Amino acid sequence: MYKTNDLILRTTASLIAFILLGFAVYLLLAGHNSPGGGFVGGLMTSGAILLMNMAYGLEVVRKVLPINFVNLIPIGLAVAIGTSVGSFLFQQPFLSQTYGYFKFPILGEIELATAMLFDLGVYLTVVGVMMTIILSIANDTE
Amino acid sequence: MSNLAILPIIIPLIAAIVLIFFNKSVHISRALAKLFSIISLGTAGYITWYVLEHGSVILETGDWIAPYGIVLVMDGLAAILVLTTNVITTACAFYAPHAGLEKRERFYFYPFFFFLITGVSGAFITGDLFNLFVFFEVLLMASYGLIVLGGGKVQLRESLKYLLINLFSSMLFVTTVAFLYAVVGTVNMAQIAERVQEVEQQGIITTIGILLFFVFATKAALFPLYYWLPKSYIVPNPVISALFGALLTKVGIYSILRVFSLIFVHRTDLTHEMFIWIAGLSMIFGVIGALSTSNIKLIIAYNIIPAIGFILLGIGVLNESGISGSIYYLVNDMIIKTALFLLVGIISYVAGTSDLRKMGGLIHYYPSLGWLLFLSAAVLAGLPPFSGFIGKLLLLKGAFEQGEIAIVIIGLLTSLLILYSIVKIFINGFWGDKETMGNIEKKPIKGLLTPVAALLALAVLLGVGAELFYPSIESIAAYLLDPEIYIDSVLKE
Repeated sequence: MYKTNDLILRTTASLIAFILLGFAVYLLLAGHNSPGGGFVGGLMTSGAILLMNMAYGLEVVRKVLPINFVNLIPIGLAVAIGTSVGSFLFQQPFLSQTYGYFKFPILGEIELATAMLFDLGVYLTVVGVMMTIILSIANDTE
Repeated sequence: MSNLAILPIIIPLIAAIVLIFFNKSVHISRALAKLFSIISLGTAGYITWYVLEHGSVILETGDWIAPYGIVLVMDGLAAILVLTTNVITTACAFYAPHAGLEKRERFYFYPFFFFLITGVSGAFITGDLFNLFVFFEVLLMASYGLIVLGGGKVQLRESLKYLLINLFSSMLFVTTVAFLYAVVGTVNMAQIAERVQEVEQQGIITTIGILLFFVFATKAALFPLYYWLPKSYIVPNPVISALFGALLTKVGIYSILRVFSLIFVHRTDLTHEMFIWIAGLSMIFGVIGALSTSNIKLIIAYNIIPAIGFILLGIGVLNESGISGSIYYLVNDMIIKTALFLLVGIISYVAGTSDLRKMGGLIHYYPSLGWLLFLSAAVLAGLPPFSGFIGKLLLLKGAFEQGEIAIVIIGLLTSLLILYSIVKIFINGFWGDKETMGNIEKKPIKGLLTPVAALLALAVLLGVGAELFYPSIESIAAYLLDPEIYIDSVLKE
């Protein structure tokens, strides 16, 4: 096997992965009022990481993102359960959600809901699961 | 206070998440698993006491009023089943460290274990049909993980069968929920029951009911849908077999009990009459399977099927003694099946084989193991004064009241053959000369025997102290026979 020169792939991959990650964050945050949410945001993020993996190889991705993706699953679950169990502290039924309006310096008044934190948990779990599946199938050595 | 209903689901879930982080250290995992199972057992005990004392606890999650949100209904039946599940969990958590699982314990055995318990508890507590499906999937996913863990050749083959049959029945479950939603327009069980009552269960609803029965019967391994069960239940480690045998099929039969005592109760001449015949056939075919083999693990796995048949018989006759017999037998069978699976695990470990024809004379080396097996055979077959006796007595009394004489005779004969199938293990494995198997080396089994002995002590207590438990079981049966109480407590009208 000769070594291929995939300059075009690598250059465009960095650009596209950047856009994909931005779009994933948009999807995660927009879920409340328009299509999107934690699940599709997580899928999009793992798509971006997968693209970098295909263009640069596993070692580079490991160096850029030194994350143990298996541990993202329990962290995500813990965040989701934490927000649900948090309602115990306020004598509310399990999974109760609340929201409030907060003033921010530049962005102005924004509605923040605890459902967002639950979505963040879903997001982390989905990224963890997708990357664990892909990476454990993709390389035999581990 | 209503948050009590979620605790049996949330504690194992938290345990599973915490244990994922400690998968590399076996010692910490074991200690944490024991700790969490005891916490969970304590909570379940308190909840059962609370529910039996103060009536059912209804939790409307997320503060949404009943038919619009997901409701969790912790009534007497759910409470005692959750308590039994936690008793079994604790016994298995104490058995697992000695069961030769070191390598698997590093590969997320305990997280799977607790996810399985989460699913089982959730299925017992939920008051929503689609949520029941979700909890079924939670427990099935965990069981797929557990059945294939270790990656032996036989395990791979059997897990494929197990996975295919369960995927099929889950798919049918979703389709049936879709049918039911199209007809009644809700998935909340109380509201379904109310609406089915309003239209007096016309033809289409009975059809959907029978489809739903087909789904649960596949999960519960009733005749003629049991063919996947015996082989796939004996391939994993004994602890995992014990969890499967004690919990998974029982969730299926619990769902039948719940759905056919709450929702589809207006055409009993059609549905419940069918149940009695399926119950009889399950008993016959299950016990034939148990007699046909000399593999000790397979004998126990086949014995699950007649037990499920007995429980279905009580649902079929649908009167007070029948239902209370079903509940009593369900609790008794969950405990005794765990004990038996764990016992044959120990026997095949000390004998080095599961084949009965190669065993003999074990009583000279392991007397306590032999007598525990003998005791569990007596409990399983229903010899008085043990707990199997009271359950069966109530069931057969219920069948007599409905005039089903044939099923009573089948039930009695089946009990005899069940006794024979277990005593066969005792006679061939434990009797005989000391040198039948050559001079075998005595292995230490104290850590393995203690949890089993505790389970058997509980089973004996359930029988001897029946006076203590029977009033609560009877009140639960009366509650199940009157769906209005459930509907009113959930919908608050």
